Amino acid sequence: MSVFRDPTIEQRRIRWAWTFLALPIVFYVTIRFWPTADAFVLSFQKWNLLKPREWVGFDNYVTLWNDPVFWKVFRNTFVYLIIGTPVSLVIAFIVAWHLDKVRFLHGTIRALYFLPFMTSAVAMAWVWRWFYQPVPIGLFNNMLASLGFSQVAFLNSTSNALPAVLAPAIWAGLGFQIIIFMAGLRAIPVSYYEAAKIDGVSGLTVLWEITLPLLKPTMVFLVVFSSIGFLRIFDQVFNMTTNDPGGPLNATKPLVLLIYQTAFGGSFEMGYAAAQTVVLFLILLIVSLIQLRILRDR
Amino acid sequence: MKLHLKTGVMAAAMALGLGASAARADVEIEYWQYFFEARVDAMDKLIENFEAANPGITVKMTHFPYDDYRTKVAAAIPAGEGPDVVQLFYGWLNDYVDAGLIQPLPTDMFPPEKIDAEFFPMVQAMKRDGQYMALPTAVRALALFYNKRLFEEAGITTPPATLEELVADAKLMTKTDGAGNITQEGLTSGMTGQDHHWLREVLFRQFGTPPYNEDGSVAYDNEAGAAALQWYVDLQAKEKVTQNTFMDEAQAAFKAGRAGMHIDGSFRIGALKSTRGLDWGVAELPSGMGVQSNYASYWVNAISSKAEGEKLEAAEKFMAYITSDEAMQIWLETVGELPAKPTAALTPENEADPVYGPFVRGLSYAHATIFADESGQRNVLVDAVNRMLLEGQSAADALHQAAMEEQAILDKYNAK
Repeated sequence: MSVFRDPTIEQRRIRWAWTFLALPIVFYVTIRFWPTADAFVLSFQKWNLLKPREWVGFDNYVTLWNDPVFWKVFRNTFVYLIIGTPVSLVIAFIVAWHLDKVRFLHGTIRALYFLPFMTSAVAMAWVWRWFYQPVPIGLFNNMLASLGFSQVAFLNSTSNALPAVLAPAIWAGLGFQIIIFMAGLRAIPVSYYEAAKIDGVSGLTVLWEITLPLLKPTMVFLVVFSSIGFLRIFDQVFNMTTNDPGGPLNATKPLVLLIYQTAFGGSFEMGYAAAQTVVLFLILLIVSLIQLRILRDR
Repeated sequence: MKLHLKTGVMAAAMALGLGASAARADVEIEYWQYFFEARVDAMDKLIENFEAANPGITVKMTHFPYDDYRTKVAAAIPAGEGPDVVQLFYGWLNDYVDAGLIQPLPTDMFPPEKIDAEFFPMVQAMKRDGQYMALPTAVRALALFYNKRLFEEAGITTPPATLEELVADAKLMTKTDGAGNITQEGLTSGMTGQDHHWLREVLFRQFGTPPYNEDGSVAYDNEAGAAALQWYVDLQAKEKVTQNTFMDEAQAAFKAGRAGMHIDGSFRIGALKSTRGLDWGVAELPSGMGVQSNYASYWVNAISSKAEGEKLEAAEKFMAYITSDEAMQIWLETVGELPAKPTAALTPENEADPVYGPFVRGLSYAHATIFADESGQRNVLVDAVNRMLLEGQSAADALHQAAMEEQAILDKYNAK
C-alpha cells in the first residue's frame, strides 16, 4: 500500500482528480443513471405505487402495441417533429439572414426575437390559449368576427388543434435559433463574399454556394437540438389544453403527455408508463444517431 | 361563545368516554390534506379545538398543492413516511385498503351500526367486512347556480324546476352577435367540469337508465342512455343555448357574468362569494321526467398503517373529533361543504339557507359514483361528447364506444 503512504506527485494528482470527480459521478449515477436503468426494469413490471412491484414480462409492451391511443400519440409526436423542425429552421434562417444585414436598431430587433425564448413556456402557452378562444374573449376570433369572417375553432378541432399548439412552440424557439444562425453567418470569412463579388456572382448563388454549405455544422446542431425539443414537447400542449389534456380526442397529445397521464393521471400505471418511456428513449436515440451520422459525413 | 361551550362539552365527553389515557406525555400526530385555503383554515380551527380538549396531543398539519397531492400521498404512505391521519378522495380508498395502508376504524369508537344510521347512506361505500375504513367530515353535492341579474333582465322569476324549463330559461338568456356567435350563454356546459357527473348520476337516471348495475358494471349503453346524451349535446347543437368552449371554462363564464346558469358543486360557493359584482342564487338541479337526482362526492379521513401505539390512540381521538357534528358545522361555515350526517346537515337552519339549502336538499336523493379511475372515466364521456360535436357521431354509437371504454377501465381495475 505504498501508494497511500508515500504517493508520487502523479498519484496524488490522480487521487485529487478522483476526489473532485466523485461528487458529480455519484450525483449522476444516483439521480440519472440508476433511475434510467430502473425505468427499463419497471417496464417489465406492474406497479401502482401502493402495492409491491410484480413481474409481468412483456405485458406492458403488448398492451402498448395494441393500444390505438398510443399509435395516435406516436403519430402526433412525429407530426410535431416533421412540421416543427423544418418550419422553425427556415423561418429562423430567413430572419437571421436579413437581420445580419440590418444595422439600424440591430440589437433591439434581435432582443425582440430573443424575448419569447426567455419567457416561461407555461405563461406563454396560457397567453396563446386566450388568443385562440372563441368570441367574445379570443383575440384572433374577435378580429375575424369584426372583419365579418366566421370563427375558426383553433383548439376545439381535431384538425386545427395540433398546428395551433405547435405555432407558439415554434415561435418560442425562434429567438435561440436566430442567435445561433447569426453566429454561424458571422463565422463565414468575409473574403469568400468579396471573391464572389469580384466574380460578379448573383446573390442567390452566393446563398446557395457559399452561405448554406458553410452553415452546415450550425444547421446540424440546430436540427438535432430542435428535433429533440419537438419530440419532447409537453409544456405547450399541456397548458393549452388543461381542461382535456392532449385533446380534443387526443388530437394534440404527444408521447411525453401520454407518459405523464399514464403514470400520474389517475391510475398510477407506473410499469406501463415506463414501457412508453423506453419507446420514447429509443425514438430519441435513433433520431439522434441518424443526425449524428449525417454530421460525420461532412 | 356557543362554540366555546360546545368545545367544553366535547372536552368533557372525551375525557369521560376515553378514560384515563387522555392525559399522557406529549404525542404529535401528523395530518395531511391538499391545499385549499378554506379547508386549511377550517382544519386549523378544528386542530385548535381538538388540542384544547386533549392536552398532550398536538396535531401537525401538512398540505400540498392539489395537483401533487395524490402522488405525494401514494409515494409517502407505502414508504412509511406519510401522515398518521390522511385525507383521501373517496374514490381512492379501495387502492389503499387493498394495499393494507389504511387501518380500519375500531368498532368501539366508531360502531358501524351507529355510522350506518347517522351518516348519509353513500358513506357506506367506506365499509369493509363490517368495519368502516374511513369517514368524511363533509360531503359535496351539485346544484344549479344562476345569475340573478340576467334572470331579471330576461323576466324569469323562479329558477327552472324541470329540464324543459331549464332549456326555455336558457333560451331567454342566450345572446348572439350578428354572425350567430354566442356572446352570452343561457347555460354553461363542459364535460371537463361537473357535467360528466350531471350526465352520469342525474340525466341518465332521469331518462330512465341507472348508470351502473348492482355489480358495478356499465349499465347506460341503451336507448335511454343515448337519449340522455343526445339531450345534453342538443343543448349546444340544436337549442344553441350553450357552447362548451365558451370563455374557456364553464365556471369562468359564470363568474364573469356571461352565463345565466351553471351547474357546479358546493365547493364553488367560496369562489363565487368572493367575486365582486356578481349577484347569484342557487337552486336544486332541475328534475327530469319527474325524477330528482344528484351526484355527491366526498373526501374521507383515514388512519394510515403508520400510526401505532400512542399515536394510534391519538389519531383515533382526532378522527372522532373531526367527524363529530361540531366539526361538520365548522367545516360548513368555513369551507361551504355540507355535513356528512343528515342530523347535522338537514337542520331547519341549513335547509332554509338560500345558498346551502338547495345543496342540502339535493343530498337526500344524491348518488355517489364508485369510481375506479375518476379522470379516466371522465375522459370517456368527454370523448363521447367530442365525437358527437366534432366528428358527427350518433349518440348511440358515441355512447356504445364510451360504455366499452369505461367497462375496460373498470375491468382492468377489478382484475388488479
